Amino acid sequence: MSVLGLLRVAMRALAVNKLRSLLTMLGIIIGVAAVIVMIAVGAGAQARVEEQIRSLGSNLLLILSGTTTSGGVRMGFGSNQTISEDDAAAIPREIPETMAAPALRGTAQLIWGNLNWSTVIFGVTPEYIDVRQWEIAAGRMFDAADMAGATKVCLVGQTVARQLFGGANPLGQVIRVRRVPFTVIGVLESKGQSMMGTDQDDLLLMPISTARKRVLGASNLAKQRSVGTIWVKVADGYDMKAAEEQVRALLRQRHRLQPGQDDDFSLRNLEEVAATQEASSRVLALLLAAVASVSLVVGGIGIMNIMLVSVTERTREIGLRMAVGARTRDILGQFLVEAVTLSLLGGLVGIAIGIGTAVGIAEIAGWRIVLSPESVMLAVAFAFAIGVFFGFYPARKAALLNPVEALRFE
Amino acid sequence: MAAAPNPQLIHTRDLTKSYQVGDNLIKALAGVSVDIAQGEFTAVMGPSGSGKSTFMNMLGCLDRPTSGEYVLGSRRVSDLAGDELAEVRNSSIGFVFQTFNLLARTAAVENVELPLVYAGVPSAERRLRALEMLARVGLADRADHHPGQLSGGQQQRVAIARALVTRPLLILADEPTGALDSRTSLEIMALLQELNRGGMTVVMVTHEPDVARFARRILRFRDGHLVKDKRNKELADAIALLNAEPVPA
Repeated sequence: MSVLGLLRVAMRALAVNKLRSLLTMLGIIIGVAAVIVMIAVGAGAQARVEEQIRSLGSNLLLILSGTTTSGGVRMGFGSNQTISEDDAAAIPREIPETMAAPALRGTAQLIWGNLNWSTVIFGVTPEYIDVRQWEIAAGRMFDAADMAGATKVCLVGQTVARQLFGGANPLGQVIRVRRVPFTVIGVLESKGQSMMGTDQDDLLLMPISTARKRVLGASNLAKQRSVGTIWVKVADGYDMKAAEEQVRALLRQRHRLQPGQDDDFSLRNLEEVAATQEASSRVLALLLAAVASVSLVVGGIGIMNIMLVSVTERTREIGLRMAVGARTRDILGQFLVEAVTLSLLGGLVGIAIGIGTAVGIAEIAGWRIVLSPESVMLAVAFAFAIGVFFGFYPARKAALLNPVEALRFE
Repeated sequence: MAAAPNPQLIHTRDLTKSYQVGDNLIKALAGVSVDIAQGEFTAVMGPSGSGKSTFMNMLGCLDRPTSGEYVLGSRRVSDLAGDELAEVRNSSIGFVFQTFNLLARTAAVENVELPLVYAGVPSAERRLRALEMLARVGLADRADHHPGQLSGGQQQRVAIARALVTRPLLILADEPTGALDSRTSLEIMALLQELNRGGMTVVMVTHEPDVARFARRILRFRDGHLVKDKRNKELADAIALLNAEPVPA
């Protein structure tokens, strides 16, 4: 009998007990839906993490100033300006595989015409955009001459450009930063939200020399060269762990720390942070995978159970088919196709429900999901395999019935 | 094939079938030798446990003998097993059962097609031949009806059409009228007699002398032995009886 013919026979047999067929499929439906959701959520989380690593800049180390203790009260990182522009200059000099960008941070009110906007100001060196992987949408980055002359130029992020200038072109405009006039020479490309959900485009960059002298200087007079953070970019292919240790050793040496003494700075490998996030999404995916596999196995057992019942119920039919010439493989094929039809139908319904659930999760929880044709094919393959695996035993049982006894069966 | 070594359609020699039940060896058939020529209408009779059903299962290639020889047409089928027997059943034997054994929720024409499905006949030809057979048993207008929508007599006609559709060597009928009222039984016997007149070999199991009288030859079984093999001297004509009966209102 042709596969198409067997399929028709199977569909008819399943249609006889619609509710039973549906209930039998339930396990497969849930299992396949879980597989689809699992892959969609897992791939979504992966994509999000990758995107965040990209927006952060890859291969990055972040050095924060150390802590200070004041009367037993320990302040947070950066409360003591222990790292300096000189540290930043020393890092690429001593470790050629790295690039370092010191950054001085502050907040300020910006004024342009009758509009104003409060934003974060970074005093940085020209390397900063390479290290942090900022693209320039329009204009240019300031250069060594600007650094040396402490010129009053700045670049703005997309959020600042939008909030302060509205539709106008920011390039060449003069804005006031804490009452100091600055010329906008560049606009940065958008980076979107950070891992922590803050707007990375709400910032203003200016030469670190200018920032120190004209804008943020007052609070930093004591330490003429100190900075709050240094970003270190490590060359592709160079071991991040090794780079981390080298930077740590270099800074300890420069700060004349004795062995056993705590670091007076904090060194973070940002990929580890991202990796932790990725790991937690993996745990979720694993959990779903466990649910899915349990459900698929239970669903398969359900199919086997119902197929055994069905074989018993239809013993006379099997006997009749054998009497009129059905061979072993015809009967085997008939019941196997029926089991596979059950599991594949369940699989299709499961795919629909899975996609619906994944989209629902994306809508309600705001998670990123990625639906891929591969996951759908995987689910179909799973459903098919379950049908074959759990359908084989009942089908074999049917095929090996003795025709005389089958025809006599009441 | 044309020069068959045996002129008989059915030829059995010392056919036995025994079952092991606990410590006892039960001989359901204790050496049956019989020849049935092409075109005969034979009734197989005997009380339950006489071995007549076992004999029929052997003739129908549904079961294998423990020992002995069975030649059907020109083929020695007593040596065959499994799928080879299925192929013989499919090509050479048409079964008619007491309880019809039609597939429920399946149109009459599809029921008739079933043996052709397993014979690998293409669907268009299948449909054509099935419709032809339904017409042959007088049910051309019931082709799309499901068994549940047909009377018992009509269902048995569908079953007979199914038995005929592969153009078998013989029809094996197992109590074909056992589930039918007397008038319908007459109709079915008339149909079988008519087929037999057309040259079809019919072997029928029955325990009712009333039904057996339509067969030309009667075999009697007892305790696994063929105890009597005789011509039916009072052969009845079912069509004549039908015509003599008053038609129900």
